[in-house]
This record gives sequence, C-alpha cells and structure tokens, in this order.
Amino acid sequence: MMRPRLVEGARLQYDDVRGEHLLLIPEGAVRLNETAAQVLELCDGRSVDEIAATLSERYKGTDVTDDVHELLDAMGERGLVIDAAA
Amino acid sequence: MPPPRPYTLVAELSYRCPLRCPYCSNPVDIGADRYRAELEGEHWMRVFHEARALGVLQLALTGGEPMLRPDLDELVAAGRDAGLYSTLVTGATLFTHERAERLKEAGLDHVQVSIQSPDPEENDRIAGNRSFEKKIAAARAARELGFPLTINCVLHRQNLDRIEEILRLTEELDAQRLELANTQYYGWAVVNQQALSPTREQLERGEESVKRFRERVGPRITVLWVLPDYHEDLPKPCMGGWARTTMVIAPNGEALPCQAATTIPELEFPNVRDRPLDWIWHEADAFTRFRGTDWMQEPCRSCPLGRQEEDWGGCRCQALRLTGDARATDPVCRFSSHHDVVVSAREAGQTDEFVYRTMRRPRRPARV
Repeated sequence: MMRPRLVEGARLQYDDVRGEHLLLIPEGAVRLNETAAQVLELCDGRSVDEIAATLSERYKGTDVTDDVHELLDAMGERGLVIDAAA
Repeated sequence: MPPPRPYTLVAELSYRCPLRCPYCSNPVDIGADRYRAELEGEHWMRVFHEARALGVLQLALTGGEPMLRPDLDELVAAGRDAGLYSTLVTGATLFTHERAERLKEAGLDHVQVSIQSPDPEENDRIAGNRSFEKKIAAARAARELGFPLTINCVLHRQNLDRIEEILRLTEELDAQRLELANTQYYGWAVVNQQALSPTREQLERGEESVKRFRERVGPRITVLWVLPDYHEDLPKPCMGGWARTTMVIAPNGEALPCQAATTIPELEFPNVRDRPLDWIWHEADAFTRFRGTDWMQEPCRSCPLGRQEEDWGGCRCQALRLTGDARATDPVCRFSSHHDVVVSAREAGQTDEFVYRTMRRPRRPARV
C-alpha cells in the first residue's frame, strides 16, 4: 500500500457517549484504539512512510513504521482502506 | 447490569410508498387511523439528537418511501448535525440526480436502493409499479455523486433463480454492498407466504452462487446473505436481541424494539411526542419486557446449548404467531415443542399470485 485513503463513505468519528474512536461505515462501525485513529486520520493522500514519520515524531522518536504497515494492511484486507496510488 | 446502548435508529419517515411489494415488512394495517398523523420535522430532529446522546451511531431513513417526506433534506442535515451516519433506504423511484445532489449537500452518507428482481419486467411485476429503469438510473446517480451504494433484494421463490443476474448487476452498478435477504415472514410476507416460500434447492443454489462471488470479488463488494429462519434449526438473535441494539420509530411516532413489534397485542408503545428517547429505552415496558434473559421460559431458561445470550430466545413476534405465546422459545429452535410448525412451513409455495401491499383501510383483522 503506497498512499492509503479511507474507502469512499467511511467517516472517522469520536464517540463521546462510549468514549472511543470509531470508523463509521455503511450500516456498521469499527472500533479503533487511539493509535489506529491517529493513523487513519493521516490517510489523506500522503504515503505510508510519511504517515509513519509523522507518528514517530509524535511518539518522540519511537519507530512505528512496522505497526503502521501492519494496521493499514489489515484495514486494506477488510476493504476499509484503499490505495489511492493504485 | 445496565442495558446496552443502542447503535441504530430506524426512522420510518412515512408508510406511504409508490411500490406495493408483497413482502413489505411494514404492518399489514398501515392504512389504519393510528398511522395517519406523521411526525413533524421538529420531532424527528429532536429524536435524532436524543438518539445520539443515547449512543446511536447509525440512522436508517426508511419507510415506506422516505423520499416522500418533503422535508427530507432538512432531516438528513439534522441527522448529520447530531453526529449520526445516515443511510437512505429507498425504492429509488424518486431518487433523481438533482434530488441526490441536494441530499449529498445535506450530508447523507450512504444510499441503499432496493430492486425486486434484476429482470425489468419481473421487477415491475413484483414491485407492482413500473420502476426498474428509475432504480437503475438512481443507482448510477448515487455512484456518480460518490455515495457508497448498497443494493438490496428480498429473495423468494419467484426471484431466487436469478441470483447470478443480481450479482452481475450489483457489480455492474459499482455497488459496495449487496443485501440478499431471504424473505422473513413478517408484515405482508405472512399474507403472501404461498407465493414467496422457496424450495430448499433454490436456497442451496443461491448460497453456492454467493460463495463463488465472494471468493472472486473479495472485500470490494460485501454480500450479506440471510438464510430464511424456517430453514434453520436454531433461532437468530432477532434484532440482536430485544431492545439491545436498535430502536424503530414508526411514522406516527410510536417507538418499537423492532419493525414487527406491533403484532404483539399485549405491548403498548410509547410515542416520541410524549416521552424522551432515554426514558423509552430505559423505562418503557415495551422495551424492558423481553430484554435480557429474565423473561425466558423453558426450554430457553435451561438451554442445553447455553445460547441464551447468543440468540436471546429468537424472535418474539414469530414465537407469538406460531405458538400463541410471545414468551415462548422461537419455534425455529429444534428444542421448541412447536418446532414441527416450522418444519412443515418449509414446504415451497404453490402460487405466483400476490396480495399487494396497500394503504387502503384494512378489511381483514388489523393484526396478523
């Protein structure tokens, strides 16, 4: 996956009733942990490496590249994230 | 244990509809006086905000035909404003490019278009209305505007053999989801059971087609395939359990735990005109009556499979209709002493003739 973006119609939202991040999709919702929500927020056309770099900086230099790839691959397999570069 | 928070609000905006589908899940007494007065827009807007505060995330704008509401754009905008993800569930005869554009601007998230058959003539015969071409144009308009699109097709003995055509059409229309719901016998489908009930072979072939399609297409198109209850021997968790995930608001403001709940005469339904949603969800007898497991009788109470919190006893409306007791185990269950009723109902229907849905005042008794 080069330039991930959310699949058409998916919407990130913080559910203040349950206190959790969600990806809202047609007739469903995927619960996200804090990190996943941050990754998906950055899926705006930039590359996976750029996303990883931004987050690594946010986490004070911890390299999160592998985690980001793993998450995006899993979301890709479920059809929730697609590759804008493909 | 506090009750679960609902995820979905099903807003039945109007029971009026240009289509006359013989399996409509609306009550058979939609022509009755109690449904004449539809909620005002301001009621719905308040309800959407109260629903979000209660935990609801998904808003299904449905009916009848929701596009018959003249204030639909405002209702969509109110849903968005409340923080709900909205789906328009439409027969699509009114979904022109121009109206779709306005709905997009108002913040509609997702469109679900029904087709009755992939064959134009058959579609129009089942829908009781010339509608196929409009539906196809609507589906294309939805995709042109970037809406995610679900096609839904209710399956029965008169269209099940066209499942390959349905799958092809879904792909051609670039839909993201396909809901293949085999007819469940509620509402008008009960009246038409003889015209709808499929053979076991039809269901098996259909299931096989869906399996092959899923393997070929992958996550690009999600296909939901719901086997009809009568061909199972363990019940479904109807509505995800009574008053656990979903709240239905009828056009007249009555709040129901499921679309068919008005068939249970012992229940009295609160109206959103009189009560806040929070009270309805937590306090109203119609919602608490069959919630959880305390109300269960045998064999549910000591279920040999320990499925009480998996299927929640199945469907209350079906239990009442087939056993005469809304508290009974859903007779789909092989442990129910009434299971033979379900087994004999598996027999395929013998007629092609439909009794079409109508809002004329009912001649038959109001409850089926």
